[in-house]
Amino acid sequence: MKSKFWFMIVALLVAASMLLTACQPAAPAEEPMEEPAAEEPMEEPAAEEPMEEPAAEEPAAEEPMEKSAVEIFSWWTAGGEAEGLNGMFKIYSEMYPDVEIINATVAGGAGTNAKAVLATRLAGGDPPDSFQVHAGLEVEKYSPEEYLEPIDDMFDPSVFPADLLTMLEYEGHYWSMPVNIHRSNVLWYNKTVFEEQGLEVPMTKEEFFTVSEALQGAGIIPVAMGTKDGWEAGHVFEGMLAATMGAEGYRGLWDGTVSWEDPGVTEALEYFLATMEYVNDDNAALTWDGAGEYFIENKAAMMIMGDWTAGWFASKAYSDYGWSATPGSNGIFVGLSDSFALPKGAPNEANAKAWLEVCGSKEGQEAFNPAKGSICARTDCDNEAFKAVPETYEYLTSAAEAWSTESIVPSVMHGAAAYESWTTEFKDAIALFASTGDVAGTQMTLQALCVDAGVCQ
Amino acid sequence: MRNIKKDKILAILLISPTLLAMLVFIYGFIGFTGYASLSNWKTLKLDFTFVGLENYVRLFKNPRFIIDLKNTFTFTVFFLISTILIGFLLAVLLEQKVKGESIFRNIFLFPMAISFVVTGVIWRWLLAPGTTETGPLGVNYLFSKLGLEFLQSGWYTDPSIGIRAVVIAAAWQMAGYIMALYLAGMRAIPEEMKEAARVDGATEFDIYRYIIIPLLQPITLSAVIILGHISLKIFDLVVAMTGPGVGFSTDVPALFMFDTTFRGNRFAQGSAIAMVLLLMVAVLVVPYLIITNKEEVTR
Repeated sequence: MKSKFWFMIVALLVAASMLLTACQPAAPAEEPMEEPAAEEPMEEPAAEEPMEEPAAEEPAAEEPMEKSAVEIFSWWTAGGEAEGLNGMFKIYSEMYPDVEIINATVAGGAGTNAKAVLATRLAGGDPPDSFQVHAGLEVEKYSPEEYLEPIDDMFDPSVFPADLLTMLEYEGHYWSMPVNIHRSNVLWYNKTVFEEQGLEVPMTKEEFFTVSEALQGAGIIPVAMGTKDGWEAGHVFEGMLAATMGAEGYRGLWDGTVSWEDPGVTEALEYFLATMEYVNDDNAALTWDGAGEYFIENKAAMMIMGDWTAGWFASKAYSDYGWSATPGSNGIFVGLSDSFALPKGAPNEANAKAWLEVCGSKEGQEAFNPAKGSICARTDCDNEAFKAVPETYEYLTSAAEAWSTESIVPSVMHGAAAYESWTTEFKDAIALFASTGDVAGTQMTLQALCVDAGVCQ
Repeated sequence: MRNIKKDKILAILLISPTLLAMLVFIYGFIGFTGYASLSNWKTLKLDFTFVGLENYVRLFKNPRFIIDLKNTFTFTVFFLISTILIGFLLAVLLEQKVKGESIFRNIFLFPMAISFVVTGVIWRWLLAPGTTETGPLGVNYLFSKLGLEFLQSGWYTDPSIGIRAVVIAAAWQMAGYIMALYLAGMRAIPEEMKEAARVDGATEFDIYRYIIIPLLQPITLSAVIILGHISLKIFDLVVAMTGPGVGFSTDVPALFMFDTTFRGNRFAQGSAIAMVLLLMVAVLVVPYLIITNKEEVTR
């Protein structure tokens, strides 16, 4: 009898704890949602909806702006990126104190994991209120006519630079509000190491290899790179592509006017292959910031990575670095922009629109960009605001200068230059190239990919 | 008569929810995936225009997929052999009636309690090779301290080793489970048989070779099936540990499927990969089912 009594107690406790887990708010539920997306990807998308966030649907119902929520989906989980996002959240909360901000993030550089989760959510009819998307052709991945609301009426085109507006427009509409501009082809160099070795910052491809030889001879890793996530190799490559093709040639590759059989592409592939000789041996085991640790410890001299690295250095309280462009691409600004979009059927549409206004506002962008390590998308941001994060101030002032004077071309690895399907296959082709070294074969593959995407003939 | 009929109806009612759920969520979805693999679905919008076997043809021409199939084959072979051998060896050791056997048994079983993701992260750090400039890391560092430099290698960053490094992590995790299977099997062998063999002059080694191993055959078969289907579908271990790897040397079809479907938006191609995976697992499991069914009938 006694054991039966305890059995009942335990059974009741288990049942009660299961009921409690159903009362989770929406944000932590993002993580378990990743597992079903990864393990049972072929499940009918509509069937996922009733299984996730049953309790969270209640507070997110269509309500006027009192005691409601807004769910912001991004991949800014750590370092300067998260700090910048929190800065914008603060401004939003000051303007709309009654609205609860749900910070739904999915970790993984360049949004490699977040985009997958987002696609499932959109197709499954459970969109967040607003989500991070790169400005450019990446938006095609989310079938905008079907799943997104155009935001043409929220735009004041005069306040944004023309090159950015061209990147943002797709099928005649604007679908997302840009918050920043990042540069992809940045060469970071370790001032201490360069001084000790008595070397000059390389400006051309030839200088780059001379410097790398010298560094390797001295027992220092010439270029720190982490290729575990797969996109980093493509990232380094696009800077080299811009260097060998020039701004016009590079743009032509992505809109079909220049063939991928061009000798400039061959040169870029050989440039990349030669660089891999000077990269740390364990690059496949590290992410870009894992490899960056070698840089901070003065064991590596150079790093080719986008300017979010400045925000990362700031979060590590490290400032002993200098910057230049990927050798050979000086004068070309390979740009990308993070923006926020408005899905159709967003649970709190009014709050989401308010969020987009904050994103596009001067105060919002001034709060976000210094910590993130990017420059404002707007042209009227106050330079003084960037003094808030002194570690990034110098770099960002020079980046803003570069943006206004150099030739702007779209980044491919970060969603600006090509459709996501093309970008994914491009990334795979470069990853394979890094190990096979087959220049001719890879070049043919790249041309075939362009034809496949419907851009080349 | 009425009681029998009532029992029958009750029985059918009891299993019908499960049956319905299985029909819809397992076989229905398999059918949906199969149909999607024959379509041209490349965007977030559903698009079922029929294109026949074009996706499969494209898939088998895709260099990444061919490498994936090779990797799966390598992984399965090495994983099965090493896990079953290690598991069997551990079971034999534990069968020697040592003190504290239950402690060791628990320790060997602990790795199975961790998820593959945790195992992947741990082994990523352990097998991280370090660089020539900054010195070795992980097990390479251990080897250098012990004077065993010849054992150092790039592990999963070396394309010629590639997926075999992942086998180390997977075998570490599953060996305990196989050991438990074999222990149970060995305990089911009657002591009289071994006594009788000893009386007849058999050495311990002969006893293992002629009595124990043959009697453990059904367990070996189950182990092969269980490990086989884990290794064919492996995903979380590879994602956590190595990603696709240098030149896709640690890539597997499940990872390729995730990449192409959810990042590349190529749902039809992803469905084709899923159907190929299903076929591979079926090749392994269906003969096993037929054999066990036959055995039960003859018994």
